[in-house]
Amino acid sequence: MIELNVAIKNKQYLNNFHTNQNKNSNNVVLSQIEFTVKRGEFLAIIGPSGCGKTTLLNMISGIESYSGQHISFDNNHPANSNPLGYIFQQPRLMPWLTVRENIELVLHVDQYGQVNDLLTEVGLSGKGEYFPRQLSGGMQRRVSIARAFAINPQLLLLDEPFNSLDAPTANRLRQLLMNLCQQYGTTVVFVTHDLQEAIYLADRILFMSNTPSTIVHQCKVGLPQPRTFSGVAELEWQVQLMKKYPALLSGKIS
Amino acid sequence: MKFFFFKNLTELLGKGEKNTRNGSFIMGIPKELLSFLLIRLMIITIFALSWQGAAWLIASPDFPSFFAVLNSLHFHLVEGEMIANLLVTLQRVLLSFVIAMLLGGMIGIGMGVNAWLNKLTDSLLIILLNIPALVTILLCYIWIGLVEAAAITAVVINKVPTVVVMIREGARAVDRDLLAVATVYQLPASTTFFKVFLPQLYPFIIASARSGLSLIWKIVLVVELLGRSDGVGFALNTLFQFFDIAGILAYTFAFVLVVLLIEILFFKPFDKLVARGAYCD
Repeated sequence: MIELNVAIKNKQYLNNFHTNQNKNSNNVVLSQIEFTVKRGEFLAIIGPSGCGKTTLLNMISGIESYSGQHISFDNNHPANSNPLGYIFQQPRLMPWLTVRENIELVLHVDQYGQVNDLLTEVGLSGKGEYFPRQLSGGMQRRVSIARAFAINPQLLLLDEPFNSLDAPTANRLRQLLMNLCQQYGTTVVFVTHDLQEAIYLADRILFMSNTPSTIVHQCKVGLPQPRTFSGVAELEWQVQLMKKYPALLSGKIS
Repeated sequence: MKFFFFKNLTELLGKGEKNTRNGSFIMGIPKELLSFLLIRLMIITIFALSWQGAAWLIASPDFPSFFAVLNSLHFHLVEGEMIANLLVTLQRVLLSFVIAMLLGGMIGIGMGVNAWLNKLTDSLLIILLNIPALVTILLCYIWIGLVEAAAITAVVINKVPTVVVMIREGARAVDRDLLAVATVYQLPASTTFFKVFLPQLYPFIIASARSGLSLIWKIVLVVELLGRSDGVGFALNTLFQFFDIAGILAYTFAFVLVVLLIEILFFKPFDKLVARGAYCD
């Protein structure tokens, strides 16, 4: 398990294509984001489209970086040098590798024995020799979940991983994610724009504003586990929140 | 013609396999394969017959008959130095092919990945791409001397730019999202390169290899004609001196056979590797 501290100020868009333009124009995406994730906590981040949620995860994962960020991990297991799993919006499997090879890719040779167990855990036993294109979208996502848990992540980042799936499949995968997180005791940062999903999964929810983004609100989800997706208590909780802050989902507090 | 031939062959072989499962064969050969072979044989026979007929009709010493060419092929194979010449040429082709692909691949990847390097060498690439092959060959012979190294260098210089152009496009089109996966999961650099980066370039590599081999054959022959005392190019030059048209055609025949063999032995297996995971049954 891991504790995560994030402090980001005035992060600008990546300007790969027009480095010389927009130098002084206002293209700050993350204006001020500061939060801490406790060990084993499941944190959901909700924000309107284009508010920099993916950028935030990319910065935590180290894909993007810039000088004004302070992201630190308080790691309990310093021996484990690879504590970070990332489940992307798209499964991002290598199409030229089989399912088994895709998972083996992130493992050391002496860990290859785990692959079968992992595939069984995500309900894909016997599918190891298939290529990703032979699997359905939901199955591909399960492979990407298996890949993320294969490295026994201390910190798991998820970027709207259940988007564009049908409701029953998404529900099954959410359940699977919950089980795996509890089993591994993973610290989780989960980005979504779906409030019901966040209420179902998270211990705490952060709400982001439109760009330049700040954190407008945060609250603990005071509901006991196990919860039901869109259950009565969950919906009630959501109604209460929405009554208090009607424009919260579009990133405004009043 | 060649590609058409092989496309059909693989299709039919594929169908043949399926038929084997269903059990429709004649004398142990799948039915489809048999009919395919018969059709091909018929086309070749018709081609040979019409050639022969045309040769009789024209009756010119400049247009030898099919049998004359076959005879010449037999003569050069058994008594001439055709095998030795083919082997020498093949050796030059393979050596320059390997060097050109490795060098071109490395430069191409470098230029595709690094925008700064690309800007720096782009105009040089355009120049090299458009310098006539003959000029490089002559200059190499003059500067390095009439030696094997000069011949290989000349061919490589001619080929590298075209490889670079194709591999560069491939390296530019590489999926950054998949590379991000490698970054996040902290894959070692070699794994990232061979399992994540390079497979995305396979189609570009095979395209440049195919076009590369055909170009190299042609240039190697010119190189041999201009400054070597063995190889197919040299032999063709000698035959030209004697105006031995049947001999020239016989060499062309042998040449085509070798090219087809290389296609079956080397490019087909590589094609399969490239297609890995690309389609499902």
